[in-house]
Amino acid sequence: MSTAIGRPVDRVDGLAKITGAGRYSAEIALPGLVHAVLVTSRIPSGRIGHLDTYDAERAEGVLAVLHHLNLPKGGSVPALLPSLFGAAASGQTFFPMQDEVIHYAGQPLAVVVADTLDRAEHAARLVHITYEHTPAITTIEQGRDRAYEAEKIFAGFIPGRITRGDAAAGLAEAAETVDLSYHLAANHHNPIECSATTAVWEGDRLTLYDSTQGPNATLHTVAELLNIMPSHIRVVTGYVGGSFGCKAMIWAHPALSALAARAVHRPVRLALSREQMFSGCGHREEQEMRIVLGADRDGRLTAIRHHKLSPTSHFDDWAEPSLSVASSMYACDNYEGVYRLIKANTMTPTFTRCPGEAAGMFVMETALDELAERLDLDPLEIRLRNYAETEPGTGNPWSSKGLRECYQRGAELARWSERDPRPGRERDGNWLLGWGMASSAYPVTPPGGPQRARARIFADGSAVVQSSFADFGTGSATVMTQVAADGLGLPLERVRVQYGDTDLPNTAAAVGSAGAGMVSAAVHVATTALRDQLIAQAVADERSPLHGADPGQITVTEGRMHLRERPDTGESYAELLQRANMTDAEALGTWNPPSMMGTGYGTMTFGAQFAQVAVDPELGLCRVRRLIGVFDPGRVLNRKTAHSQLMGGMLWGMSQALLEGTVMDPAGRWSNASLGEYLVPVNADAPDVLIETVETTDTVVNPLGVKGIGEVSMVGTAAAIANAIWHATGRRHHRLPITIESVL
Amino acid sequence: MVASHLPDAVQGPGPVDVVLNVNGATHVVRIEPRVSLLDCLRDHMNLTGAKKGCNQGACGACTVWVDKRRVVACLTLAIACEGREITTIEGLAENGILHPMQKAFLSEDAFQCGYCTPGQIMSAVALLAEGHAGSDAEIAEWMSGNICRCAAYPNIRTAIRDVRDGVGGVGSAAR
Amino acid sequence: MRPVSYSRVRDVATAIATVTADAGAAYLAGGTTKVDMLRIYAEASQRLVDINDLPIDHIEVQPDGALRIGAMARMNDVAMAPLVMERFPVISEALVLGASAQLRNMASMGGNMLQRTRCTYFRDAEASCNKREPGSGCDALTGVNRGHAVLGTSKHCIATHPSDVAVALTALDAVIHVQNTGGHHAYPIDDFFLLPGGTPQREHPLNHGDLITAIEVPALPVGRNSLYLKVRDRESYEFALASAACALRLENGVVAEVRLALGGVATKPWRARRAERALLGQPATRESFARAAAEEMSDAVARPMNEFKIELAQRTMVRALETLAARGDVS
Repeated sequence: MSTAIGRPVDRVDGLAKITGAGRYSAEIALPGLVHAVLVTSRIPSGRIGHLDTYDAERAEGVLAVLHHLNLPKGGSVPALLPSLFGAAASGQTFFPMQDEVIHYAGQPLAVVVADTLDRAEHAARLVHITYEHTPAITTIEQGRDRAYEAEKIFAGFIPGRITRGDAAAGLAEAAETVDLSYHLAANHHNPIECSATTAVWEGDRLTLYDSTQGPNATLHTVAELLNIMPSHIRVVTGYVGGSFGCKAMIWAHPALSALAARAVHRPVRLALSREQMFSGCGHREEQEMRIVLGADRDGRLTAIRHHKLSPTSHFDDWAEPSLSVASSMYACDNYEGVYRLIKANTMTPTFTRCPGEAAGMFVMETALDELAERLDLDPLEIRLRNYAETEPGTGNPWSSKGLRECYQRGAELARWSERDPRPGRERDGNWLLGWGMASSAYPVTPPGGPQRARARIFADGSAVVQSSFADFGTGSATVMTQVAADGLGLPLERVRVQYGDTDLPNTAAAVGSAGAGMVSAAVHVATTALRDQLIAQAVADERSPLHGADPGQITVTEGRMHLRERPDTGESYAELLQRANMTDAEALGTWNPPSMMGTGYGTMTFGAQFAQVAVDPELGLCRVRRLIGVFDPGRVLNRKTAHSQLMGGMLWGMSQALLEGTVMDPAGRWSNASLGEYLVPVNADAPDVLIETVETTDTVVNPLGVKGIGEVSMVGTAAAIANAIWHATGRRHHRLPITIESVL
Repeated sequence: MVASHLPDAVQGPGPVDVVLNVNGATHVVRIEPRVSLLDCLRDHMNLTGAKKGCNQGACGACTVWVDKRRVVACLTLAIACEGREITTIEGLAENGILHPMQKAFLSEDAFQCGYCTPGQIMSAVALLAEGHAGSDAEIAEWMSGNICRCAAYPNIRTAIRDVRDGVGGVGSAAR
Repeated sequence: MRPVSYSRVRDVATAIATVTADAGAAYLAGGTTKVDMLRIYAEASQRLVDINDLPIDHIEVQPDGALRIGAMARMNDVAMAPLVMERFPVISEALVLGASAQLRNMASMGGNMLQRTRCTYFRDAEASCNKREPGSGCDALTGVNRGHAVLGTSKHCIATHPSDVAVALTALDAVIHVQNTGGHHAYPIDDFFLLPGGTPQREHPLNHGDLITAIEVPALPVGRNSLYLKVRDRESYEFALASAACALRLENGVVAEVRLALGGVATKPWRARRAERALLGQPATRESFARAAAEEMSDAVARPMNEFKIELAQRTMVRALETLAARGDVS
């Protein structure tokens, strides 16, 4: 029975956020707290010639200057493993300040600790470093001739070459083809809260207040890096000021903060500066893609060839999986996908909201529009003609798929059929108007191990539900409350949730849009287990009105267990517990997710997006007037928070299309490492966004059928916008972001 | 030319006692003159509602009021605020009663991670007082100094409209 | 930020005397530039003299009809002053389109005249920059220079002047009033902003201790038919890629009076005198607007990443002129 799930409940952490009372990781007030500031490399490649700490060490308030010559050596750098596995999850297989070699600009070379932040920052400027330069490669253009086909990418999980059927043969039989090359700029996440860790030692016990998507990922990573027992570390993550992937993996700063705290015997706060956010926690890599689509006269795809080229670090073969979703979006028997890499002097790129899907689907969905144009087909029609009834490649059935309904509803909302399909026909003053559409899809990936939650009910009938995950704005804590209330049969206000602490039952990092699915599953298992345990106790209790009843016939409403058919027969949890002289009862719930290696189903969240843009071709301006998205996220746990997240994702897609790009300076540094120069949307850029969901029942992915919504809504938005720009102007764009100079 | 007045005493560069009026209460903090109002509030007064997002006036997360005007605390020196009236998000609720804008942000889900939220709310309340909440376009333009990376912008506009129009159970226009 | 000392002054004479007497001192007004500059080590003042209490923040009309804006008037207050909105919409619009509401509440008009370029190499204290460190070179020449200037550049500096309102004021022939221990000086705004030439570190004629006290805009009836058009990637809260401040009066479809200045494309607020000359007496048509705009940009020098600005600036001028012309013959 469901009364709380789905309701547009206000966020349970909302009061703390609107009053400023919520404490983020750089806001933990501790006696004796001091401040650490990173000193980072100016150059992308070379060695430290001389690192002179004389002035810094003598500056007012300075407690320590740590660098490769005096930093205590610890354990080993963990393998690069996505934090969805729940284990150590180092963002790159490199830990800085171990020797004098410089691999990328922004690499930490020293840590300065002082009694106040201003003093630490000033002393950081007084660390004088000379460099021995060696040649660097930091862009595709510089490294093109050294590109190689990757054996595996993405922490070894994805082969560098994926084929099915015969792409060459499929193209040979095509009646029409498009062959297009794209360039997508590098992106940085830029949550408004910069990454930060506050480290406190008590003897050999370490507490880290860390801004992360995965408190347990921090715990395991730091344990390995420092070679200390996981049991001796506690990671607390109360509030996180956004992440978008840059806090999905664990970078150097949590361990460095712990080392600094150990060196000065004081609690240490280490917060990255905004500039350091561009070289301290990964990025979405610059990428080139080439796509060749072949189709028969009816627009049915005969072949897809999709190649990607991107720079990675010297340590890891990382590329975001740009080809994956695009390869299984449409029915097509002949496919060839290839990842090529360039070893570059950057840090290892990392997950960035819709890692790969947003980029690869931009390419697929704009190329498909060009194909439709050549075939004189409506963009929506070509997508319907290639609708994948089963998962391409495997032939597996979908666990659920509401894409057809998404297309239909989106087209209604956008009045798609009423538009003049010819480009450049609609004008509003200096603005040319156009509509475009695209498909959205994002994989549903289970976490890598058991997910746990604990439910405890007190003798007064109130409950606490605990799980270790972090809520970084996704609303997980709120939906956890709703799931718990329904699982226990309690009103919402009787349930309190506790989360963001590794001392609580284990969960993996909330990444890959899997957070709500795994948290809801664990909480559902825990709370229904506790409910069933209490029902069993009542049935066995001779003094209970439910004594001897069939547990299957008992349900719980408002904290009262009763017979489903005869609601007057029953008693409350409180009565049962009090009679038994029990102060409380509790249950640990463990959800064992389906194997990551496959469920025998294709599992994806789908959607359809429509965009209206206004282009001022004379001034090169492109502004989005309207965004419409319809998605099939399975069960929606909270309509309000779900819509907010879907809306945020779509506006991220708009930003991908029109604004965001990090540009490499010839010196091998990011040239626009600030919020003034790396453009993200402001209020005036954001149009009203219309969102609907098509609820599908999914019995495969997790107990509540939650497919995840954090990222799917970003997939396709940029393509819908680019397709709309074509409709407005008749011009196609193959570079992101689409800037003024490219529209002029 | 003869100076008509002597300047106020030179203070610093070392720590000095600075008297600040924050949310109606007087505080004495010992800080260096270079300390920003933002760091002073967060690190020296344990008022962490104003957030640090960029430290260079490019995000608006640190928006507070000085003498009732919205400013960015990161580019304001704390010592320059002596004798002025500082209001932060912690001082917005009166006697524990949330400001209508706070309620509207909650009910319209005008935030996700919440990190830019105090700045958004301080800016939004000031916006109404300034009279710049006439149309959605005006709201959008005059709220563009507060970046929300979660992109809750449409909901922020709705919350502001709610308070402006006194709808949605959030009470009548602020201040 | 380096350690810095602080004092507050309450009258102009003391302010000037205090800063003049201390080579390491600097004025602190709204702080939106100064605090930023100190924090990124682009400037190195040792003492800040806080002039926020100086009584020079009035916005008033002079007997001769000129508009006098006190140097400590805040950008938002000037933008929203009915007097300014009515007589010089171009000033009001340029102000509102600059920065954010919070920054405009802080930033003073005098400080706005002295704001520093957004050039990333100027702002990066360790990069080569002739403006910040004369003789060190210019990394922008070979660096990422999409935002840089195409007019008024030299081989030593291509940094774009960042101000919007200074562009409007340049179009209107404003005068910058300055006081120092020697007395009072008035600079026509076009003489106030200096081209980089071989001395990009010298952005204006002020000497240490000089204090801007007011900005005066002459009475100019054509100012009522004026606008500021700002083109940028983002809809708000961004510096211009190209902007135009324009005032226009037509008589029988012919340009009788025109003021035109450019922002975002030049090393100083750029008065488009060539375009103005080309426009006078010409019919108010798209063709003559385009011809004049092309004339203005004929000496522009682009770098690979900012070549588009030459075209964009022309189109911005044309759009501004067309928009004003479409408002009708207001003679």
